[in-house]
Amino acid sequence: MSPRGGGWLLAVALLAAACGGEDGAPGAPEIAMVFAASSLTGPFSELGEMLKEDEEAEVRFNFLSSSDLATQIEQGASADVFASADETNMQRVVDAGVAEGAPEVFARNRLAIAVRPGNPEGIGSLADLADEGLVVSLCNGECPAGQYARAALDAAGVEVEPDSLESEVKAVITRVATGEADAGIVYATDVIAADGEVEGVDIPPGENVIATYPIVVLESAPAAGRAFVDLVTSPEGRRVLARYGFRPR
Amino acid sequence: MLAAGGLAATFLALPLLGLLVRAPWGALGSHLASAEVRSALGLSLVCSLTATLVCLVLGVPLAWVLARAEFPGRGLLRGVATLPLVLPPVVGGVALLLALGRLGLVGRWLESLFGVRLFGTPAGVVIAEAFVALPLLVLTVEGALRAFDRRYEDAAATLGASRWYAFRRVTLPALAPSLVAGGVLAWARALGEFGATITFAGNLPGRTQTVPIAVYVELQKGIEDAIVLSLVLVAVSLAVLVGLRDRWFPAP
Repeated sequence: MSPRGGGWLLAVALLAAACGGEDGAPGAPEIAMVFAASSLTGPFSELGEMLKEDEEAEVRFNFLSSSDLATQIEQGASADVFASADETNMQRVVDAGVAEGAPEVFARNRLAIAVRPGNPEGIGSLADLADEGLVVSLCNGECPAGQYARAALDAAGVEVEPDSLESEVKAVITRVATGEADAGIVYATDVIAADGEVEGVDIPPGENVIATYPIVVLESAPAAGRAFVDLVTSPEGRRVLARYGFRPR
Repeated sequence: MLAAGGLAATFLALPLLGLLVRAPWGALGSHLASAEVRSALGLSLVCSLTATLVCLVLGVPLAWVLARAEFPGRGLLRGVATLPLVLPPVVGGVALLLALGRLGLVGRWLESLFGVRLFGTPAGVVIAEAFVALPLLVLTVEGALRAFDRRYEDAAATLGASRWYAFRRVTLPALAPSLVAGGVLAWARALGEFGATITFAGNLPGRTQTVPIAVYVELQKGIEDAIVLSLVLVAVSLAVLVGLRDRWFPAP
């Protein structure tokens, strides 16, 4: 279940600090802490493994909504890399003055409607979500997926009254997968990652929204942080991202 | 020893101090007056009080059974009745989903037969809160029932009172202080409930977004509103503890 008992700022910040500060044996390379949008869970975990095997550099992850992560970084959590699902939250981190260099866009994503397997409610478009009888779950207005979803609904001219607002996009998937919600708006990549637990309904390009993913190294990051960003933006990194349904920048 | 005690006291007090120092005192009024904060406060109040009522109605009979009835499996029943107290609330939320959720054991019939849906509704919030708060009431009242001198009931019986009449007119009034204490504890627990509520009932302003959930959501935007809402919960919790201090912290 994804409300995760709380993205409690302090606890996570402490945890991040503990992980980041783990120097290990003298001479061992430092582990970099990657704060990444939860939609990146699949490809980033794989890229982290690749980095460990190929370059013997190690990264650890904190996957949450980009807005949660931006707040944690603003509050001084020791992050070494930040990958956001939108430009707004990346800007918050840049404005906090902890980014090293300019963020680089490394992937794009699009939205889809998540429904239960077999689509029992016969949902075919965003307009169908306006049905009062449906239980609809969206991301809240803070997390990028929630803002993209609202933009898509506006583009389609549809008014939806959601029944629950989740703090990150994977929680929307969980709501639909457990059957509490009949439908939710998520990234197309989340439907692929859910591996059959939910079914995706395409949103046509005219109503869809393109999500932009920037990544940046944060100041005083160990070498592993830079190495990870280099891997993500390399052709190899793009191949992995593409396999999870992400589109090139 | 003194130093270690001081360290522990600091450890407990420091986070509170952090809240107090960082609180936007000057703008407190305007933060509290914002529509989202007020609707979260109102919803929290209504749902936690309803949950307390549910706890009283269901909890007193259960406490009576645990204190008075002799039957095999009573220890197990007490364990089950205490479990939500030690269970992580989010686990309670998942368990509630599997039982009362839309595809749950019982929940699937709730919607198709009675048109009752708990997810995304204040009723779901009340159920989640009552689930985690009930043990506090049951344990408090059970303790009082055990301490209660049953000869008063016997005396009432010799005067011709039925069992129910004696319970109502003799036992219940004697239990009043523990009913109040258990009720207040349950209410405070319900008011602070987060994990089970967001898991089982979801999060929607005005419907299911209670104060603790609003704190969590506000943290995504920045920290000020979250601090203000946290202060409200701290103030309420302190008031409860101070109000009950004679019962729980008798002066030496």
